[in-house]
Amino acid sequence: MKVMLVDDSKTMRNIQKGILTQLGYTDLEEACDGLDALSKVGAFQPELLLVDWNMPNMDGLTFVKKFREQGNKAPVIMVTTEAEKSRVVEAIKAGVNNYVVKPFTPDLLGERIKETLSRIAA
Amino acid sequence: MDQSYIIPFVKSVQNVFETMLQLPVQIGQPELKHPGDSGHDVSAIIGMSGDVEGSVVLSFPTATATRVVAIFTGTELEAEDEDFADAVGELVNMVSGGAKAQFSGKDVTISCPSVVVGQSHQVYGRKDVVAISIPCESDCGAFNVEVSIRQNADAPATAK
Repeated sequence: MKVMLVDDSKTMRNIQKGILTQLGYTDLEEACDGLDALSKVGAFQPELLLVDWNMPNMDGLTFVKKFREQGNKAPVIMVTTEAEKSRVVEAIKAGVNNYVVKPFTPDLLGERIKETLSRIAA
Repeated sequence: MDQSYIIPFVKSVQNVFETMLQLPVQIGQPELKHPGDSGHDVSAIIGMSGDVEGSVVLSFPTATATRVVAIFTGTELEAEDEDFADAVGELVNMVSGGAKAQFSGKDVTISCPSVVVGQSHQVYGRKDVVAISIPCESDCGAFNVEVSIRQNADAPATAK
């Protein structure tokens, strides 16, 4: 499965890479903001995306809206410090499939990934 | 500054360090920061805007930051390394995000973090907002969270 990690923090992308690799996902692509991600989705064709919210150049919410406008159906998990309910609702309306609030444990992120993929498969 | 803004940062810094680094943090007595207080070696700074405005600084001595970053990234990094700054910036991002989520009923936006590395530097916030320093102690050493925020005059009443 192809997974794209969109976060302006390399540290956070590395942490997520480690967790995904443990889960057996090794076909990974990274993007440092929404603009970078938009430029890479066409060639990479991700089947799952983990997207941060607060990023320079293009934030995660704007990216998800544009990603969906382009007709992309791949599931998106927002991984962000934005924990307010209003933000979660805003993200879901924009087309986010699941939500993880930072800080997170490897177990939690792993559970949310499995949960998201099983929902899509159902 | 409204004292109710301090507790969210205490809870958040403990949560971030415990969850991401498995590092318990003991909190000391918060105190007013004064000009001329001892400087920092590594500071991660984030701005808040919206119903609450100001800045948050997570500041470390170099040795403490080096140990914290090593646990967080799984790699020994020099303070001059770009990835070192990235890691410290992500910590202040999570601490500030976790705190603002506890500002009940407030619409607050946080900026992307900035990081300053340099021995014994000072960070000055807005002159019209007092800064509260929250001393933190961990197995990696001592560090501080400095909170200099206030309610925007046009915002709804106090945080809870």
